[in-house]
Amino acid sequence: MTLPDAHYPDELLYHDQHDWARLDGDDHAVFGITWYAQDSLGEVVFYDPPEVGATISKDASYAEVESVKAVSDVIAPMSGEIVEVNDALEDTPEKINEDPYGEGWLVKVKLTQPEERGALLGADEYRKMLEKA
Amino acid sequence: MTRYTSATPDDRAEMLAAIGVDSVDELFGQIPEPLRLGRPLALPEGMSEAEVFERLAALAARNADAEEQVCFVGAGMYDHYVPAIVDAITQRSEFLTPYTPYQPEISQGGLQVMFEFQTAMSELTGLPVSNAGLYEGPSSVASAGYLAMAATGRKRFVVSRGLHPHSRETLATYAVGYGAELVEVGLRDGETDAEALTAAVDGETAAVFLQNPNFLGAVERVEALGAAAKEHGALLVVAVDPMTLGILRPPGECGADIALGEGQPLGNRLDFGGPSFGFFCATQDQIRRMPGRIAGETDDVDGRRGFVLAMQTREQHIRREKATHNICTAQALNALGAMVHLAWLGREGFRELGELLVQRTAYARERLAAVEGVEPLHEAPVVREFAVRLDAPVDRVLERCAERGIAAGYPLGREYPEYEDGLLVAITERRTKAQIDDLAEALGAAIAAERGEFPVDMTDKSPQGIS
Repeated sequence: MTLPDAHYPDELLYHDQHDWARLDGDDHAVFGITWYAQDSLGEVVFYDPPEVGATISKDASYAEVESVKAVSDVIAPMSGEIVEVNDALEDTPEKINEDPYGEGWLVKVKLTQPEERGALLGADEYRKMLEKA
Repeated sequence: MTRYTSATPDDRAEMLAAIGVDSVDELFGQIPEPLRLGRPLALPEGMSEAEVFERLAALAARNADAEEQVCFVGAGMYDHYVPAIVDAITQRSEFLTPYTPYQPEISQGGLQVMFEFQTAMSELTGLPVSNAGLYEGPSSVASAGYLAMAATGRKRFVVSRGLHPHSRETLATYAVGYGAELVEVGLRDGETDAEALTAAVDGETAAVFLQNPNFLGAVERVEALGAAAKEHGALLVVAVDPMTLGILRPPGECGADIALGEGQPLGNRLDFGGPSFGFFCATQDQIRRMPGRIAGETDDVDGRRGFVLAMQTREQHIRREKATHNICTAQALNALGAMVHLAWLGREGFRELGELLVQRTAYARERLAAVEGVEPLHEAPVVREFAVRLDAPVDRVLERCAERGIAAGYPLGREYPEYEDGLLVAITERRTKAQIDDLAEALGAAIAAERGEFPVDMTDKSPQGIS
């Protein structure tokens, strides 16, 4: 498996629990975990997605990612309702490691409070947060 | 002052000074006088090490064990011969002193043993997935309850009364925490009542729990009983005696989604009740809901065969507060004993052992049924254990047999009020024909004596000893 180097695309918004959101119009977004998160977890072996239709809340867990050493909660960067989950990860959870911002996306969400975007970090801010940690 | 005394007078004075009181009496001064004991505790004086040794040796000598009594007691744990090679291997320090290495792949030997054990159990049960072992039979049954709830989203367990009473109790205890409900189905002619079972299973049933052979020793019609579970989308959980798997159709071929059980008969002695281990096998669909750990085989970077800890999806060390199961590494030692025993027996030996059990048990069942005052409790086919009714108080008969060095069986009335006169008799390869004959003779004499058919002292003149 070839892994990408650390990178944090500028067009995404970031949550300090190492999740990203890609806004799609005013009230939809795609969520995933950051390069830093997948690197800390190690090889991901299982993704336990939420149900389509489930309501999720900003800062709360909405899914689980299992690596060979630990099971970790995935934190929602914004609130909303799940409209799609990445079913392909059932067979290829390693995509979360290989392509965390692309094929490794986790859920698509209809946002219930789009204004929450104001609380998220830009790529530069997120990078700075990581440097301080 | 002994080294077991944690606080010396100096320590105590220092502590009292630190909290600003002069004495222990002053410290407890706030406790009203009437509430205080006002005298030392009624404990015996301390003893020297030698005195303690004598005392414990005297207490230990009051125990009877399966080496000094001829043991026909089974009821879930069996007096099989454990070959010396089991001890030779399990006592190796590499296996005897395990602790969860947080990089488990460093312990290739431990993982290989787990993998081989899983492979053996998977073959024996006819199910594709096995874990590396659990604590014992009953908690394995209870863990299957959780799995069934997770798999079906339902919370009702239909449980045969032929399932070991300890397993039923443990499942009931766990069910309180799960918010689940147990429905018990009775026995008829020694077997699970098929009609009652079918009536009890519905669309709310998470799982049907059977035991084969059941607690009374009877071989159940697992496939037929399991049909109701299949029809309603419930899981079929079958607790099995591993020693019977060399000759009975594997539970996986009878429709079981989960086969599990008490592992003690394989490579573990009675040891006054434990520790033993449990085994747990399931269909591929349930692999992520399995309790415990699963070791896997792989190749390393240089293409050499190696082993990894592949799955531990419910365990506390990876799920922390969200864990739904916890197993201890040390349990692998008991499972290793089983693996060594199985390897020692070999495929043919394991099957032959099963055949021997069937033959000897058939002899014992026939021999006992011919004794005056002994009737079969059921006529269902059995492998290595059977139930009879005695025409005399069972506990008194057992006492009389024990005086002759025979542990004659397990009194069923202890767990089954409906079989107050029932005795469960287990046979292992250690029980010889002569011992079985002695048992028949001793039972007959004890029953006759209890019925007052001839003077008590006559029984004392009956042939002594076990050949």
